[in-house]
Amino acid sequence: MSGNKVLGLSGNEAVAYAIKQANVDVIAAYPITPQTIIVERLSEYVNNGELNAAFIPVESEHSAISTCVGASLTGARVFTATSSQGLALMHEILHIAASLRAPIVMAIANRALSAPINIHCDHSDIMNARDTGWIIMFAENVQEAYDLVLQAFKIAESHEVLLPVAVNLDGFILSHSLEGVNVLDDDEVSKFLPKRQPIYPVDFEKPVTYGPLALPDYFFEIKRQQAEAMEGAKPVIERVGIEYGKLSNREYKPIKAFGMEDAEVAVVALGSSVGTLRAVARRFRKKGRKIGVLGLTLFRPFPREELIKYLEGVKVLIILDRAISYGSSGGPLYLEIAGVLYRSGLRPIVLNVIYGLGGRDLRPSDVEAIYEEGFKCAERGRAERELLWVGVRE
Amino acid sequence: MSFIKTIKDIPKEEYLAPGHRLCAGCGAAIAIRLALKALRGPTVIVNATGCIEVATTIYPYTSWRVPWIHVAFENAAAVASGVAEAFKIMEKKYGVKRPDVIAIGGDGGTFDIGLQALSGALERGHKMLYICYDNEAYMNTGIQRSGATPRGAATTTSPAGRVIPGKLERKKDLIEIAVAHGVPYAATASIAYPVDYINKVRKALETEGPTVIHVLTPCVPGWRIDPSQTITIARLAVETLVFPVYEVENGKYRINVMVKKPKPLEEYLKLQGRFKHLLLPENKWLLDKLKEDVKWKWERLLKLSNL
Amino acid sequence: MSGVKEVYKMPESAFQGRATWKELPIGGVIPEPATSLRYKTGNWRALRPVLNEKKCIRCLMCWVYCPEPAIERLEGDRIRINYDYCKGCGICSSICPVKAITMVEEGA
Repeated sequence: MSGNKVLGLSGNEAVAYAIKQANVDVIAAYPITPQTIIVERLSEYVNNGELNAAFIPVESEHSAISTCVGASLTGARVFTATSSQGLALMHEILHIAASLRAPIVMAIANRALSAPINIHCDHSDIMNARDTGWIIMFAENVQEAYDLVLQAFKIAESHEVLLPVAVNLDGFILSHSLEGVNVLDDDEVSKFLPKRQPIYPVDFEKPVTYGPLALPDYFFEIKRQQAEAMEGAKPVIERVGIEYGKLSNREYKPIKAFGMEDAEVAVVALGSSVGTLRAVARRFRKKGRKIGVLGLTLFRPFPREELIKYLEGVKVLIILDRAISYGSSGGPLYLEIAGVLYRSGLRPIVLNVIYGLGGRDLRPSDVEAIYEEGFKCAERGRAERELLWVGVRE
Repeated sequence: MSFIKTIKDIPKEEYLAPGHRLCAGCGAAIAIRLALKALRGPTVIVNATGCIEVATTIYPYTSWRVPWIHVAFENAAAVASGVAEAFKIMEKKYGVKRPDVIAIGGDGGTFDIGLQALSGALERGHKMLYICYDNEAYMNTGIQRSGATPRGAATTTSPAGRVIPGKLERKKDLIEIAVAHGVPYAATASIAYPVDYINKVRKALETEGPTVIHVLTPCVPGWRIDPSQTITIARLAVETLVFPVYEVENGKYRINVMVKKPKPLEEYLKLQGRFKHLLLPENKWLLDKLKEDVKWKWERLLKLSNL
Repeated sequence: MSGVKEVYKMPESAFQGRATWKELPIGGVIPEPATSLRYKTGNWRALRPVLNEKKCIRCLMCWVYCPEPAIERLEGDRIRINYDYCKGCGICSSICPVKAITMVEEGA
């Protein structure tokens, strides 16, 4: 057991530090705010001989992810990082990386998509990529960003998974916040993450064709197999979370629950807001008000069964979305959970909150108002409005 | 093999197997098959989306006998960068044998949509060879004009209409673009001159740093030619100066197939349906422009080669 | 640990068009070379190249320029046309310097 060493690191620095310890072979990345510091630090590590890796300063994010796919197929351990427009530019190849089962790890410092151009946090970037076949995880704080990046390689490279993993940290809120981060010793990381054992590494003696054309006679089977791989990742993610807990004293689960034992009103969210939700919930619970908070660490594969387990007895469920799905009946997380609820047969009153776009803060007073609305709905037994825009001037 | 002198010296090994579904008489098939004759050891191919890619790997059939990677249309040079650098670092870290890396793209994937990725890769200086097989249009999607389509040619998006008789714009110069990056070796090649072509591929593989080979590949449906005429037309392209065969080694230009007495351009054009309209009197102005392009390029080459 | 196994062979069922997703290698890879040898393109042919061995001067021009390749280079640089794959383009016939290959209509 370690955890004695505490470093003051920003989210970006914590990610870079984890990448150094993970003994990555290839990094291909392009600068974009607010991710840039990750690649700056990694360049320093490589140029100072602290990390024996190829740092490929590509000319675009499209080439960054393309370079990563090529490198990953050779059998190398590969990392990239991006944000917002960069992720959007990668979009085409995100699908291909997952389909070719390239276990790349990417950190995304979440930032709003243009237009208007904006450099601050929301989740429109990753939500736009949610169906690309990547495993998607969200960090709540800098410590989690560090921990999740290390777990991401273990999950991605597992022969039961072989899928790329995106670790999300809220732009600026986490990427640029300094925290005391408990870091593992280098040799502990080496033991946790031994050298990658690739499946079908590029080998001249055994020539493999990667990425052929599949027509209607086989495309569907190949996609069906990929869908199954995503489902198969769930037990691995859980196992790795427990294993990492033994190593670090910080066990990870797909969902972090607070106050859910007796919650009448529950709130569910992704990323750094979960901390704010929990802090306000603590105050509410001190006054005897039964509020619970669910923070999702895992978004893809979506932890359906785990979520449902927490929702028995919940009268009102408030779903926080930091992104819009234009023209649909709610935000992306709302749509996801609405589907899960329908299948489960549970019928809590559901409120969808859209908040925090383009870096608009979610203040404790906003959260209080959201909770009060939740309790009002619980009393009334219905919701006046199912979609709430919080923090925007109406 | 190091360098070959005659056709008889060309290795027997076939790294492209038959059973692929390229058209009968496909020039690109010849270009790729011959390029693979120049391999000097472990090699990885990265293939941009295009005719070669789709027709050689229709699942579960593959024609490749070397490791082959296809990711997308516009990124072959980027994918190849990743392959090259991954092997370079893995050789250092784990003693993995480092192969040659060859990226292959058509003219669409190279001159147009893949140009940025190619430029990036050339600038970064990876040890890789990029081969562009140029059939002068987007053939895989059904013969649409590209930046490589020559002036005057009819394609489905530059049809020979009553007002606009084919493509009005000049063909981009890929080798000049490569040379502007300061690459150590860039060359054009013709499938009608296989010894020169194979030697160039070999030379490129033996050069440190990024190298580019641009090979002209007649396309039976796209150029509207008889399938038996692929090689004849490829040779005429050289003999009429439409496609000079030359190389640029560390900035030094050398014409490899010197054409003392060029044949009239019309001999090349008349065999191809895509140029049929250019030979009509009302389109002479466009034919003259094409002739100017050809003349300009050749004279410039002579100058650059100190001839 | 369970999970994916490396098998450097396509399952036979894949070539019969009946392989399920469970049988297929991971990620859509084709883990063995030259499986297209199973796909005979010879039936595309309308014109058939016929070699007159007596005329052949073993220059290998036809071998070099065949796009398939469907012309095999044998001992002593003799050649053999593999009709399993020959699509009948006629390049061999058109470039043969001694007209040793003639194109005849299939079925004629």
